[in-house]
Amino acid sequence: MQTKKELLKVTDLKQYFPIKGGILGRTVNHVKAVDGVSFTVYEGETLSIVGESGCGKSTTGRSILRLDEPTDGQVEFNGTNLLAYNKKEMNSVRKNMQIIFQDPYASINPRQTVRQVLTEAMEIQNSVPKSERNDRVLELMETVGLGPHQADRLPHEFSGGQRQRIGIARALSVDPQLIIADEAVSALDVSIQAQVINLLMKLQREFKLTYLFISHDLGVVRHISDRIIVMYLGKIVEIADKKSLFENQMHPYTRALLSAIPSTNKENKKERIILKGDVPSPIDPPKGCRFHTRCPFATDLCRTEEPVLRTADGMLEGHQAACHYMEEIKTGEHQPTTV
Amino acid sequence: MTSKPNSYDNILEIKDLQTSFFTKDLEVKAVDGVSFAIPKGKVLGVVGESGSGKSITSLSILRLVEEPGKIKGGEILFKGENLLEKTEAGMRKIRGNEISMIFQEPMTSLNPTFTVGQQISESYIIHEGLNKKQAKQRSIEMLKLVGIPSPEKRINQYPYELSGGMRQRVMIAMALACNPELLIADEPTTALDVTIQAQILDLFKNLQQELGMGVLLITHDLGVVAETCDYVAVMYGGQVVEYTDADTLFKSPKHPYTVGLMQSIPPHDHDIEGDLSVIKGSVPSPAEMPIGCRFAPRCPFATDLCRTKLPALETDEEGKQIRCWIYSDEWDGAPEVNIHANKERTT
Ligand SMILES: Nc1ncnc2c1ncn2[C@@H]1O[C@H](COP(=O)(O)OP(=O)(O)OP(=O)(O)O)[C@@H](O)[C@H]1O
Ligand SMILES: Nc1ncnc2c1ncn2[C@@H]1O[C@H](COP(=O)(O)OP(=O)(O)OP(=O)(O)O)[C@@H](O)[C@H]1O
Ligand code: SF4
Ligand SMILES: [Mg+2]
Ligand SMILES: [Mg+2]
Repeated sequence: MQTKKELLKVTDLKQYFPIKGGILGRTVNHVKAVDGVSFTVYEGETLSIVGESGCGKSTTGRSILRLDEPTDGQVEFNGTNLLAYNKKEMNSVRKNMQIIFQDPYASINPRQTVRQVLTEAMEIQNSVPKSERNDRVLELMETVGLGPHQADRLPHEFSGGQRQRIGIARALSVDPQLIIADEAVSALDVSIQAQVINLLMKLQREFKLTYLFISHDLGVVRHISDRIIVMYLGKIVEIADKKSLFENQMHPYTRALLSAIPSTNKENKKERIILKGDVPSPIDPPKGCRFHTRCPFATDLCRTEEPVLRTADGMLEGHQAACHYMEEIKTGEHQPTTV
Repeated sequence: MTSKPNSYDNILEIKDLQTSFFTKDLEVKAVDGVSFAIPKGKVLGVVGESGSGKSITSLSILRLVEEPGKIKGGEILFKGENLLEKTEAGMRKIRGNEISMIFQEPMTSLNPTFTVGQQISESYIIHEGLNKKQAKQRSIEMLKLVGIPSPEKRINQYPYELSGGMRQRVMIAMALACNPELLIADEPTTALDVTIQAQILDLFKNLQQELGMGVLLITHDLGVVAETCDYVAVMYGGQVVEYTDADTLFKSPKHPYTVGLMQSIPPHDHDIEGDLSVIKGSVPSPAEMPIGCRFAPRCPFATDLCRTKLPALETDEEGKQIRCWIYSDEWDGAPEVNIHANKERTT
């Protein structure tokens, strides 16, 4: 087997947003949206990020592209540090890193037709010769399941799901290496979602595309990913290959998350772990383990000392979780401390 | 109508609703004869292909369809009264009061120039006559109820400062602030992770049971339907193709589109090899809307009958509805159709 090529390497990434307040509008505090996140994305793989709303998934994606300037950390793409680039250099590297957004309406210019949206993207990156752009527009539309009769329509004339496909077509229009897909299929209904997922996976096989796939749909994530990151309140709590994550998850939050998936299968229902306690805020994250305010297993140790990502016995290489008691919870030696 | 003003079994009943968009030289029949009912205090799930008219149906209920869209016909009975006969002033009293709506795209329906607190408070000030301070207090409580951490801080923030899921919860808080009798929720939990989703759906359920609130829940998540809805309407091409109680839908789906839909969900409890099963093709363009069954071009069972004649929405003795020739006496295909045999795996 060849060694895997590191396409994107994120080290200790931090993104703190200032909160202004008072009559002077001074910075009174910070939202620690992403607080020391490190991971590597290998060429040709799909690495997914899952986790609670507001835990920093989108911010991680945006900071990598420097759509929001990171507070601290390193982002290496193809071995070079993106944070050292000036604006112009950054723009040229963006051709290789595309993002498909969560909210299709907000990310597409409402006054441009589909044709204009796609042509403009090719123009900016000069990725396709002028004479071929028109053909390419129709080809891209077909690829994402839109008809040529829709090329001259404005975004508001499409349904939510159709607009999302315009976003995907736009990302594909410049032949990128890495696509950050932020809830890119969440707004699609399932039969179209299945087509788009098959499409993304096919494009990946054909063009060696790499995906950083942000989603909260664990069924989709299970199908599309090679590896998965679970975030909680600005930090990674577990990272694993797909099989380990779904069959040998170690972190109590990951377990709660997997148990909360709504299922159409009423017969074979797992017991749902209901999280209690206040959802903490990234403005004042809890001391110690950030999950301790909701974790059924928390002890004083959890409330004071922050657990680090580590691999315990019985976990595959590359599988890491950050919980003081993961071994003991697994064996049943450590029981829930709250009732 | 013969019924007395306040005697009704269905909080909402839609009959043969028709809403079209009139573009240059074309009529887009976004909603083409939709009928369904929501019994008092029940939850109806609406699922269906992207572009099948779910959002336009819900906008039609509140008469919020924008130009060049127009409600052409049908009846929308809310508590037995036809909303299509109300004056605009009458509708304004109902919107955000007796009926409230959570829109599909939270960013476009929140006002970017007002803080979250100002937007939720408005409802309490208008509908309950609270003063600013009381309204703010209630807003904080409501934000807490929908699971927003540090609500007393969040209340002073602007929509752009919140994550997608938080914006969605702000929308939910706004919609619930007025204790509506009918809540229309268009994909209310799409941007939420499952632990919060479970919490929000629980909140809907509680309010629905405590206050007898009826809910129209548009979602593409069949898991959510299975766990929260009493009834389900499946839409395709501007029409309802199947309407039944939720248990029946999951045990024995009848419409080939419904079956295809269920087969294309990636399961979360086991791996599947290769491609996901899909329904081939895409939604027909409104200009080329098939004359027969709207699903015929994509249906693995379609016959000449399907391709030439539109099946009616037939109601059986239990009130379940199906729009498909397979279940009629006129069916001209194979006598025994294995409805689950339509696996199709193409991109
Ligand atoms: N302003 C408009 N002008 C022309 N056609 C429109 C307009 N708005 C919506 N439509 C069309 O009406 C149809 C129904 O749209 P609607 O938004 O109700 O779909 P939907 O079922 O909610 O889909 P989704 O699941 O993607 O949100 C679509 O074919 C859409 O293209
Ligand atoms: N521009 C900004 N200014 C201030 N705070 C922000 C900004 N953008 C994001 N945040 C905050 O950062 C945190 C993480 O937000 P982010 O959008 O990354 O969450 P997410 O994991 O993508 O959530 P979701 O699943 O809801 O999309 C949230 O607390 C959010 O309010
Ligand atoms: S470290 Fe403690 S609080 Fe954190 S997940 Fe593990 S048991 Fe729960
Ligand atoms: Mg996000
Ligand atoms: Mg919609």
